Order: sequence, then C-alpha cells, then structure tokens
Amino acid sequence: MKKEILQGTILSNTPLNESYYQLEVALPTPWEEVNPGQFVQLLARESGAFLRRPISICDYNAAPAKLFLLIQQVGKGSRYWATLKTGSTLDIVGPLGHGFTCTPHFAGPKPLLVGGGVGIAPLLYLGKQLLRNGIVPSFLLGGRTRLLLVLQEQFEALGGDVFYTTEDGSLGEKGVVTDHSICTHPSYSSVYTCGPLPMMQNVTKWAHIHEIPSEVSLENRMACGIGACLCCVEDTQEGNKCICTEGPVFRTEQLRWL
Amino acid sequence: MSKDINMTVDLGNNFSLKNPVLTASGTFGYGTEYQDFLDLSTLGGIVVKGTTWSPREGNPYPRMAETPAGMLNAVGLQNKGVHYFVKHIYPQIKDYLTQVIVNVSGSTIEDYVRTAELLSILDHIPAIELNISCPNVKEGGMAFGVTAGGASEVVRAVRAVYPKHLMVKLSPNVTDITEIARAVEAEGADSLSLINTILGMAIDAERRKPILSTITGGLSGPCIKPVALRMVWQVAKVVHIPVIGMGGITSATDAIEFLLAGASAIQVGCYNFVDPSISQKIVSGIKDYMNRHQVEDISALIGGLTTR
Repeated sequence: MKKEILQGTILSNTPLNESYYQLEVALPTPWEEVNPGQFVQLLARESGAFLRRPISICDYNAAPAKLFLLIQQVGKGSRYWATLKTGSTLDIVGPLGHGFTCTPHFAGPKPLLVGGGVGIAPLLYLGKQLLRNGIVPSFLLGGRTRLLLVLQEQFEALGGDVFYTTEDGSLGEKGVVTDHSICTHPSYSSVYTCGPLPMMQNVTKWAHIHEIPSEVSLENRMACGIGACLCCVEDTQEGNKCICTEGPVFRTEQLRWL
Repeated sequence: MSKDINMTVDLGNNFSLKNPVLTASGTFGYGTEYQDFLDLSTLGGIVVKGTTWSPREGNPYPRMAETPAGMLNAVGLQNKGVHYFVKHIYPQIKDYLTQVIVNVSGSTIEDYVRTAELLSILDHIPAIELNISCPNVKEGGMAFGVTAGGASEVVRAVRAVYPKHLMVKLSPNVTDITEIARAVEAEGADSLSLINTILGMAIDAERRKPILSTITGGLSGPCIKPVALRMVWQVAKVVHIPVIGMGGITSATDAIEFLLAGASAIQVGCYNFVDPSISQKIVSGIKDYMNRHQVEDISALIGGLTTR
C-alpha cells in the first residue's frame, strides 16, 4: 500500500488514566489496507520535537476513515498530543512498517495475544483482524497496577478469554504476564506480543520453551520510519534490519534473543 | 515569467543539474524509499547512500539521538558494498529522470580507488561524492578529511582513476576548512560539498550513560545551519570550483541562503525524515522566490550576497 503524508483531524481525545490517552483521528481518505502492527509517524512541531514519533495503530476504521491511537505521555511529543482538542490537525505519515501475520496458517486455531502497558495498542486491531479471519483470539494483558490496564471492555468485547496480571495484584493474577497460571501448561497455537522489552524477551523465551510460534513488535529508536536512515536497526540472525520497514513485527526466531 | 526561469546549474566536467536541489547521502536511501512521497524527476539529483568496497554492518544500536533542532547519528556507513550496488541497486535506479550521484567511502586509499574505478564504468552515474568526512567510522572516513595532506592523498589517488565529475565532501571538524578545500581543489576535484555532520555527543543523565553506542556521533539539522552557512561562504570565496552547500536546510528560504553564500547547488539532509516530500517543495519554493524577485537565471543568486 502506498505511504502518504496527510493531515488528520482529531475527533476525540480521551484520557484513560494519568498518563495514557486515546486519540480518534479522522483521515481525509481511507487507506486501502492497514495491517495490524503497522504504525504512523506523527509530527509534534509545537512541542519542540524535531523528528516524527512512531505510534502504533491501535485500531482502524475504513468507513468513515479513522485511526485510533493509544498513547502514553513519556516525552515532548506525547505530552503535546495529549493537549490536542477536537478539530485540531495532526500531521501523519503512514501506514508504515510490516505488521503481524494474521493468516490461519500462522495463527492456528488458538492464538494468545500478550501485551504489556501501552504495548497492548496494536493487539486490539490484531484481535479484530484475527476474528475477521474466523479465529477467536485470547488476550493476556499485564500492567504495574489496575489503572494501567486500559481498553478492557474493547478487548473483552471480542468474545475470547481476556486474562490480566498486575504487579501489585490489583487486577487479575499478581505478577508479570509470564507468571500467569495459563502459562504453566499452555495450549496456544501462536503467540503475538508487544510491550516493554524485558517482557517481550520473557514471553519469547516462554513461547520457545513450549514450542509455540511467536511474533513480536519492536520499538527501537527511529528517525525516518521509511527505511532510509538506518537508525532503528535490530541485530537479527541475518544482520542488521531496519525495524521501520522490515519490522516492527518479527518472527522471534529471526532475532538474537534466545 | 515562470516559463523563462532557468534553474540549470553546470557543475563542470560534463555534469549539470536541472535545478540546484540534491538530496544528501544517508538521508534519502536510494530514492526508492521516497517515491510514494514525491516525483524524483523534479529534483536536480540524488546522492545515494555511502558505498564502500566491502559490505559494512555499521555500528551497533542505538545509532540516533534527537537534539534540540536536530539529531545525532552514528550509523557507521552500513551498506552492502559496491558490488551489491552495481548488481542489485543500480538496475533499479539507473533510469531515474534525475542525476544519481554515488557517495563513496573507504577505510583505505585502495578501497576508495577500487570503488571509484568500478563506479566509473556505470553509464548512468555521472558523478561520485567522495566522503572523506564521515565521523562515524573507526578508521579512514574522517581521518582523511581532517588534514590537508590526508585529503590531498585520497583525492589525488581517486582522481587518477575516475574521469567523471568528482565531488569531494568536506568535514566541518577542522580548524580551517578553507585549507582543506584548497588542497582538494589543487588535486583536481570538480566540486566540493559541505558540510558533513559536526561531531557531537548525547548523554542520558538518568542512566549516566551515552545515548549512542559509539558515544559520539554526527550532528545534523537546523541547529548546524549557521555553521554550515559560514563555512560555505568562507570556502566559496577561496576556491574556483563549484561548492554544494548543506547543513540544516528545511525550506526554500534556507536553500536560497546557501546559494547567496556562494553555493552553486544544495543538498537536503535529515529534514527528509521529517517531511519526506521536502526536497520537491524546495524546488518549487526556489522557483517562487525567483519569480517574486524577478530572477531569470539561478546563477544570479549564486554568491549574490550583498555584504555592505
């Protein structure tokens, strides 16, 4: 699908907790195809940020064309977008990157989607796409505390199991995602994961121990987002690869994590 | 008067550009990455990614740090080597309706020479840009470009085997850039491009660690523009070959400032990352400026600074 620069319009900006918020952004024209795990590059010029920031697509709606973005306030750019009012514009480049594999062949009958913190973002649209392919996804979502586990109703609305872990035990089982009791004797056909790096590495190791094929979405420091600058490389089995074009989603056996 | 505007720039040695806007090496891939965002045929040319004799994996991640009004990079010339370029990339880019210049780098003089020699046989590559100023490689690279002796040596060797247009990219990380510029001109370079990135550093205070894997890296972006303008102005005054200016260009106005300082053409660098269509916008912006100022030929702008 052709990439483009466009001006989106903020339809809503909803705070979800003290640092997460969700932007609903109208696109001037629909995108032909958006794959789960793809991302957009957003400008935040007013904040003083020079480069664009990569933000993963949390959900996409074709008619009317709109994007949902789940964002955590961490730096200049993400704090600036949190202040955007309905009707303001957002400079977007997208859709970018290579997303998750949603085919029945890879996903199998019982995929588990494992997310941590704001990393749950791409799993919502991934879950919806799997459902469209006739596969009911299960979710395992983790956060430090209950308030950091957002969009629960939307994940639960997909009809599969949704399991939670919190480090303080305020929701679901206490601990990190791989501590959850479903991980002891897993019966899943595939695992997709996105979240903090240590979490993704633990999930990858766990999936390999149980011989479950898995994919992971990386978040390396990025400049161009289109494969030109070679800044966001990941050291893979086949050498350095740009996560912006050859990722952000990789099969875990391609990485050097094991 | 739009029809009568002449933006053609002759850089010498059978190498001319339809307009003075080039994209800088390392910021524009091989052009293919940008085809969704602009029409390459509107550009004066593109300078493709730094190419070396042998493949290079580049530096470890992290390779980038944002700075106020710019960025540091430490990519370290990751590329698949000149043989891969000739076999797999050249066929994809040789029919672009714009000039394609290959940026050439090396660790040894022999590497520069062999790479240039191989590229010289490619019909659709009318020029190379000799990178004697990359701050991100351990050996070679900038080491050649920071002394007049080193710069002379590598330019002399490449000049002997490369008959087409030879552009030499200068480092700003020197005490007197005009000394290097004159030395390179004396060895027969056809043009000079400047500036490469300025050596810089970024620190993560919370972790008490450098952000870049290489500790130091090359600074680019609007923050370096005043330094770049000053160096272009200084160099253009003392050499008789064309100067190609770059450093922090984000708009047609920036580009015109470089032309006025003495640059015959310009390169757009890391702003391509922010607005992937910017180079095309700069071409039309220069045209608008020429119309507005009733300038019929771009040559009237080159070195057109009024200093008193």
